[in-house]
Amino acid sequence: MNQKRYFISFSILIVLLIAFLAVNLCAGSVSISLSEVWNCLRGRETDRVISDIVLQIRFPRAMAAVILGGALALSGYLLQTFFHNPIASPFILGISSGAKLVVALVMVFTLRYSVQVGSVGMILAAFLGAMISMAFVLLMAKALDKMSTLIISGVMIGYICSAITDFVVTFADDSNIVNLHNWSKGSFSGLDWNNVIVMALVTFVSLFLVFCMSKPISAYQMGESYAQNMGLNLPLFRTILVVLSSVLSACVTAFAGPVSFVGMAVPHLIKGLFRTSKPILLIPGCFLGGSIFCLLCDLLARTLFSPTELSISSVTAVFGAPIVIYIMINRKKEKA
Amino acid sequence: MRSMNEFYFYTEGLAVGYHGVPLIKNIEIRVRRGEILTLIGPNGAGKTTILRSIIQQLQPLDGRVYLDGGEVSKLTGNQLARRLSVVLTERVRPELMSCEDVVATGRYPYTGKFGILSEDDRRIVKESMELIHISELADRSFTQISDGQKQRVMLARAICQEPEVIVLDEPTSFLDIRYKLEFLSILQSMTRKKNLSVIMSLHELDLAERISDQIVCVKGDHVDRFGPPEEIFTPGYIRQLYQMTAGTYEERTGDVELEAVRGEPQVFVIAGNGSGTPVFRRLQREGIPFAAGILWENDLDFPAAKALAAELISVEAFRPMGSCETEQAKQVMERCGRVICALPVAELKSLVGGPGQPLQELYRYAMDRGWIKDTNDKNDD
Repeated sequence: MNQKRYFISFSILIVLLIAFLAVNLCAGSVSISLSEVWNCLRGRETDRVISDIVLQIRFPRAMAAVILGGALALSGYLLQTFFHNPIASPFILGISSGAKLVVALVMVFTLRYSVQVGSVGMILAAFLGAMISMAFVLLMAKALDKMSTLIISGVMIGYICSAITDFVVTFADDSNIVNLHNWSKGSFSGLDWNNVIVMALVTFVSLFLVFCMSKPISAYQMGESYAQNMGLNLPLFRTILVVLSSVLSACVTAFAGPVSFVGMAVPHLIKGLFRTSKPILLIPGCFLGGSIFCLLCDLLARTLFSPTELSISSVTAVFGAPIVIYIMINRKKEKA
Repeated sequence: MRSMNEFYFYTEGLAVGYHGVPLIKNIEIRVRRGEILTLIGPNGAGKTTILRSIIQQLQPLDGRVYLDGGEVSKLTGNQLARRLSVVLTERVRPELMSCEDVVATGRYPYTGKFGILSEDDRRIVKESMELIHISELADRSFTQISDGQKQRVMLARAICQEPEVIVLDEPTSFLDIRYKLEFLSILQSMTRKKNLSVIMSLHELDLAERISDQIVCVKGDHVDRFGPPEEIFTPGYIRQLYQMTAGTYEERTGDVELEAVRGEPQVFVIAGNGSGTPVFRRLQREGIPFAAGILWENDLDFPAAKALAAELISVEAFRPMGSCETEQAKQVMERCGRVICALPVAELKSLVGGPGQPLQELYRYAMDRGWIKDTNDKNDD
């Protein structure tokens, strides 16, 4: 019976993923039919403009949404597991903002001195920022027993980092300021295939490693003492978990800026869909869920007030925040 | 010193504590296969600290822990997990896990890279649940069952890990009396059937005394006593171990009484054969100091009377009640001016001509003077 549920859940996710991918390729300021898109993908489209729109603009952007959305959801799942906290996520804990700050600093610096930094450099910068924030959060977690205060301290770190980023961005004197501004609000626009290849490499390697950790994660869900008695090497496990979740959220931040709520909401939706806590199912489930969520949100961000583009975070927040509130209320009910 | 080979699990000069500060030093715990060892001692004495140290969750500050001749600290996490499992006080709140899922986590050390359960694993999970009588909980969500049920699920989990030693921290605390006894009976049968060694801490002294082969008394900074229960539960020891300030614990019977009401006795209770204990306790609740007698020291009423009576007239076991005690009792009655006869009249009558005849005499004495007011047994022959 459970098996059937898992099978149906995965089927739903895959169908949704393909459907949203198709809609993302078709919809936009220039409407392109499904058959034209299909032709482009097979390299048979004769109209150069349409082919370029699909293959060089929409497809890489959609793939970025798929990969980064998945990475965010996975990162959120890892953090929720790590802190045994339902609303932990890279955004809430200030990890995205830390990454954003360091990336902004690097960008401004390199723009001023006209140095080129590739995607890898950006990821490294973001990773550095993510780790700094993470270290701070972990220090707080050690000092604070209560999870609610941990979340608050994470939010505060996020505010501080965002404020400094805004400050840096405001006073950056360059024509690229517009780009920087867009990025610091969060957006999937302007990503090319080279970016996609780098993010895919980083994300899929991380996904593979996380998947390999599904057994220790299942032990960790039983609490640290029991996990240890099951033979889990806690310090090593914790380190790997922290690094992987930081890499994932750093990768997202480096390319798309800070994207809120995906990491928080998607793992809950997926748990509700699968009705299980088995990491071996939730890890791929969360990834697919994050992909779908971001495809949908990016579609809305692009098309809702076209040609004006919304920042991705505004859209994810509109969908994500109510989900989180709903979950909190449900949780209360369950406890009472 | 005895050879250590006979012990399956033992410690040598173990010192435990936090942040490098030893809390308890020179802990010697020794348990053979199939034995139950229990830690008792007051709250905060360090029972949990000791348990956490011997299962390697807390770094011992000194000394060694041995399992089956080898040092525990030299085993890998997985090796230790296959031989030793735990039931802890840590609250587990796994979301969306059925009780069966929770029990199945016990198979962790045996499953492959991705933790997929084999047919064998599933069979062992099922058997463990049957053994603890929780098969009907299998599909229930773990977060929605009672604390007592959770505790039993955690025991099934520990057993499903197929350990040789099982360590339990206050396993019976949340259980009602039925499940307390059931829980401990399961442990006992596991020691017999599977030669399992059990190390646990208990707050229930009466149960600890009955189930344990060895008892370790932890008191503040040291292990105060270590040995079989008969060497531990000597008169007065529990009061000393726990530094009890109110009430009493009777080591020989496991009886507990609240603090006695002190003062000049106002009521004299003629008791015996268990009839007096409820009366003594009622008087204690009402705050009335009382005297009791005459009781043989092996009478059912004797422990409660000894604990609660302001004045007690007793006779050594198997000795006749003599005129000396009778006279003494009459004097105390005189002072009280009020007598309750807890013994049924029929029973009093049967005492005539036997060694308990003075009780009948006391009853008549009190009746004649109108000291017995509120008993149904007043209308005598």
